[in-house]
Amino acid sequence: MNVDVTDAILISLRAALFGTLLATPVALGLGHLLARRTFPGRSLLAAALFVPLVLPPVVTGYLLLALFGRGGPLGFLDVPFHFAACVVAAFFVSLPLFVLSARQAFEAVDPRYEEVAATLGSPRAATFRRVTLPLALPGLAAGATLAFARALGEFGATVVLAGNLEGETRTLSLAVYALLETPDGDDAARTLVLASLVLSTLSVVLYEVFRRRARLRLELPG
Amino acid sequence: MIRFDLQLRIGTRDARLTLDVPATRLAVVGPSGSGKTTLLRALAGLHAATGHVQVGDEVWLDERRNVPTHQRRAAWVPQDALLFPHLDVRANLLFGAPNDDELREVAELLALTSLLDRRPRHLSGGERQRVALGRAVLARPKLLLLDEPFAALPASQRLALAEGLRARCDARGVAVVLASHDRDDVRALAEVRYGLEDGRLVGA
Repeated sequence: MNVDVTDAILISLRAALFGTLLATPVALGLGHLLARRTFPGRSLLAAALFVPLVLPPVVTGYLLLALFGRGGPLGFLDVPFHFAACVVAAFFVSLPLFVLSARQAFEAVDPRYEEVAATLGSPRAATFRRVTLPLALPGLAAGATLAFARALGEFGATVVLAGNLEGETRTLSLAVYALLETPDGDDAARTLVLASLVLSTLSVVLYEVFRRRARLRLELPG
Repeated sequence: MIRFDLQLRIGTRDARLTLDVPATRLAVVGPSGSGKTTLLRALAGLHAATGHVQVGDEVWLDERRNVPTHQRRAAWVPQDALLFPHLDVRANLLFGAPNDDELREVAELLALTSLLDRRPRHLSGGERQRVALGRAVLARPKLLLLDEPFAALPASQRLALAEGLRARCDARGVAVVLASHDRDDVRALAEVRYGLEDGRLVGA
């Protein structure tokens, strides 16, 4: 079996990056909503966001295939078995982690900063832009890093929705799996495993850096 | 000039706080937990209340209207200053200011000129309180809500600062509500003093 190591790494990085970018506005919106507003169904929404975290990724993939597959409500987008399917899978598996991190990042901002800003004449949207968002930013960056790392390691949903097409949808994880089935694939598999370890470690280090920065910005201990 | 008649909850009890004689510089004294901070927050529109609030010729609260906080121009100086930690002193001071015309004057009044480029985490408690005062003053408020504003300042600075602040507010027609339990602060800044006891304002 022919496996291009560089291709696999690049496909994973691109899918994780685009998936995280797509998830950013959704995570910020839902995270802020859950952190700052009370509304009917809030607890239900918060609980529903946990479901994809505990659902077997293959099941998530199956559900995504039902949504995006031929005959599905979003079938016209022609997503399955293209690179876009890797992005969609990355988006859905990383979103819950991102929303939970964003919620924590917004909750860590003392709402009295926003109240002081209002008494100084700042309307709600301007306060979000000038106070809430900059204060939550390191925490949000930590969340984005975590989401990116999760997307990078994605396997189950991708294999169902995107298949395992060389140069198109064969991500790092899928390539390792393919190589394990190949008699002389050990060397290439080792390279990919090493790449995976390096990328994951970098993500976790970056996450820790952002988390510390968040505490520093909010003048919290530790 | 401020007058109000507010029904609100202080902790777990219902309260009615009435200032029947309009005042320009009002001090509210009372023990911790009596509701001084809650009153200031209600005047800013940050704590739910019904009734009537009028500052100058503007009605902020009555049966028909409840002007949102950002349109009230009631600048709040919380006890713990709450400077925006991501902004330096200059940006904090100018946060609500329409322009930087008065920055130098206010920085001099509050002895902040040498601190303009510092971040809040590098300021002492007293410096933070002075920046919070400057930030509120520069927002050109109609009402200044001061919650123990001089608590972290040494006694030697308090009087001069209170007098400077009073002169500035008088010159610009800014009403002041001061919550404090320091007698000297109250004497230096306020013209009328009320006690907050058992959910009522009592003239003193």
